[in-house]
Amino acid sequence: MPFKSIKSLEERQDFFSPGHGLCPGCGAAQIARIVTKVAGKDTIIVTPTGCLEVSTTTYPATSWKVPYLHVAFENAAAAASGIKVAYDALIRKKKISKDANLVVLGGDGGTADIGLQSLSGALERGEHITYICYDNEAYMNTGIQRSGATPYGAWTTTSPAGQKTLKKDLMGIAIAHGVKYAATASIAYVRDAANKVEKAISMGGPSFIHWIQPCTTGWRYDPKLTVKISKLAVKTGLWPLYEYHEGVTKLTVEVPKRVPVSEYLKLQGRFRHIMNKPEELAKIQSYADAFAAKFGLGPVAQ
Amino acid sequence: MKTVEPILLSGNLAAAYAIKQLDVDVVAAYPITPQTTIIEKISEYVADGELDANFMLVESEHSAISSCLSAASAGARVFTSTSSQGLLLMHEILFITSALRLPVVMAVANRSVSAPINIWCDHGDIMPQRDVGWIQLFAESAQEAYDKLIQAYRISEDPRVRLPVMVNADGIILSHTYEPVFPLEDSEVASFAPWKLYPLRLDPENPLTMGAFGYPEYYFETRYQSAKALEDSIGIISEVDEKFGEISGRKYGAVSPFRCEDADVILISMGSISETIRATVRKLREKGEKVGMMSLKLFRPFPFKEMMGLVKDAKAVGVVDRALSPGAIVGPVFNDITSALYLSKMSVPCVNFFTGLGGRDVRMADVRDMFEKLKEVAKTGVAKEHRFYVGLRG
Amino acid sequence: MKRELPRWDEMEQGFVTRTLTEMVNKTGTWRTFKPVINHSRCTKCRWCIIYCPEPCIHMEVSGSDEKIMIDYDFCKGCGICAEECPVKCIDMVEE
Ligand SMILES: Cc1ncc(C[n+]2csc(CCOP(=O)(O)OP(=O)(O)O)c2C)c(N)n1
Ligand code: SF4
Ligand code: SF4
Ligand code: SF4
Ligand SMILES: [Mg+2]
Repeated sequence: MPFKSIKSLEERQDFFSPGHGLCPGCGAAQIARIVTKVAGKDTIIVTPTGCLEVSTTTYPATSWKVPYLHVAFENAAAAASGIKVAYDALIRKKKISKDANLVVLGGDGGTADIGLQSLSGALERGEHITYICYDNEAYMNTGIQRSGATPYGAWTTTSPAGQKTLKKDLMGIAIAHGVKYAATASIAYVRDAANKVEKAISMGGPSFIHWIQPCTTGWRYDPKLTVKISKLAVKTGLWPLYEYHEGVTKLTVEVPKRVPVSEYLKLQGRFRHIMNKPEELAKIQSYADAFAAKFGLGPVAQ
Repeated sequence: MKTVEPILLSGNLAAAYAIKQLDVDVVAAYPITPQTTIIEKISEYVADGELDANFMLVESEHSAISSCLSAASAGARVFTSTSSQGLLLMHEILFITSALRLPVVMAVANRSVSAPINIWCDHGDIMPQRDVGWIQLFAESAQEAYDKLIQAYRISEDPRVRLPVMVNADGIILSHTYEPVFPLEDSEVASFAPWKLYPLRLDPENPLTMGAFGYPEYYFETRYQSAKALEDSIGIISEVDEKFGEISGRKYGAVSPFRCEDADVILISMGSISETIRATVRKLREKGEKVGMMSLKLFRPFPFKEMMGLVKDAKAVGVVDRALSPGAIVGPVFNDITSALYLSKMSVPCVNFFTGLGGRDVRMADVRDMFEKLKEVAKTGVAKEHRFYVGLRG
Repeated sequence: MKRELPRWDEMEQGFVTRTLTEMVNKTGTWRTFKPVINHSRCTKCRWCIIYCPEPCIHMEVSGSDEKIMIDYDFCKGCGICAEECPVKCIDMVEE
């Protein structure tokens, strides 16, 4: 059942406890909370090492009201599929009776870089797991180093002059594996995101969601702007919201009039060093234009 | 106890046969010589409906062990096997498995490590795993590999233990050599090692968090908890061995001594090399030489007490290491044994023999040479040199 | 108050845990600005509840009466609720 209203989403039970140690305004907390709300009680969460894991499970406390497993940094997909396969075997052998949803919440490093092999294996095997990448575009837990998902131009501690390469196309990678369902998400379009999570979980086969996650600390912005920035990512065309299912890619949120990328970049300290470099801004604008052409977004409003 | 017909099996096929009888739920593994025929045979059992398991064809050993760990956290009985580079690739996750107290059972067909790449036997793969917190059993025959795997599940799943177990068998030498193996009946295996749903598992009806972050004020206690469980498992391992003896007529002990009672010199070894040493002892004894040997069947937890009584009257002790420990002053097995001797206030001279690397044959003549060295040491009461590289050219 | 730390054998096997962070970590102490709701203007749209990252805003229902409540034990003062409230009825007040 799609979420028709904010109320219907709000009324779902929460399975994410406050008292966690994520930064004020952290977008990963919003994602974890919405995902567990939608996934519901009969869900097992797996996370690789990263901000979300470290800050929600400081022994002896945990923020997870559903079963939760963390093993290491590079193997969340293998770990989640092991649980799912175990559930399948135990149910078939009548050793247990009730099934569970398997959902991974992995950072961009744990997904696009060190965990990519494990993810590829799980997607290729067709495991019944939903893998959600919360993408804050760097290794935040270790202090903001660049990852394969860091966008062009962004400052990190290991790309002090700005990232020189393009973000890995994680959606393309997932789709190329023949996943049942793949989608992008942004917290600023929370019903769209919630519906995608519900769909992804209901698909059975492997599904993948790529969720942009503004990080107050690593992106250098006032914490109150997390939702604004999530919205601008979409409005600029840098983060088109779409879904892929059975060979068809469909835009789920129309952007009839785009906002220039500088509106998005200027709010974030990590782009400060390029704000007075028109050629760099033009380059990033051209990436947004390419997305717009590919997904059918509108022109930039003057 | 019934008399059963033996079946001709290699070490690997014997392992696969045990896994079939143990009714494992999830297998996750990746091919590597010389372990591969275990998983090929298990795939066949699964395809033929002889084993009701889900076989995960993962993309690496790292994922194999990760999936086994997590499947065990969901309550399933799991199995994996590997060798050499595969075991090294698993290394990181081995620590996590024992700290989370998950009963993963793994067969290791021991093989050298690269470089150079070499597919034959030595203990170079297992020695870097000394401190991962797993129970480590060593087999000397296909029969023993079979028996130890059945014991392994009962040990591992015991609520007092809840630790992962490795069953080591020398690659090629044991993994690929056929010998008559006496299996138990399926029903005997089922009642010896019955599976039970463990309450500490990932279950939405009883949510819990596994693998939390540990600040300094908790880390030490968590690590100690699993280290202590490993230390204490020695009693349960021997209890399981006894019980296994009752149904099969075969029990192995943590150490298996041969002619040690009145021996002047004793050679201690691990794995298939022990067979050659035993045969040599038999020969030398015929000539009236007072030699003895001891095979280590349990490497972790180290059977310190079980061993000491056996060497107390010896005049010289030799230890065979089938792996190097570059930069260390002694080999890994020697290290443990001499620490044990020191703590028992025994000052018997000891000699470390390095041999059998990368599948190099260790013949009875080599073992005789080792005993000759030991006899010299026994005569003078001092070991002038403590390391010998048996069979090394140059 | 200093907590008694457990001995190694008082911790659950494999250090599994079930104690919720809401029982032990009162993150409200992190805050420098405090969100204050002007209830008379609140339309009960629930956007603040949905966006709060902790989450620490909820709807208190008594009979037919609904009221948005912030649990200040946990509110870190990020200001997202105030920023996103469509009618701007939340003020961030320095503590
Ligand atoms: C094998 C291994 N290498 C490196 C690390 C150190 N490490 C832990 S978390 C992390 C970065 C996590 O980045 P990401 O996946 O993007 O998650 P985030 O912290 O940004 O949420 C790194 C490098 C590790 N734990 N394990
Ligand atoms: S560093 Fe970024 S991702 Fe990590 S907790 Fe802080 S805001 Fe969240
Ligand atoms: S967002 Fe504003 S108007 Fe809506 S419920 Fe919250 S306080 Fe009330
Ligand atoms: S300020 Fe932030 S933490 Fe506090 S109630 Fe508002 S959204 Fe939640
Ligand atoms: Mg990241």
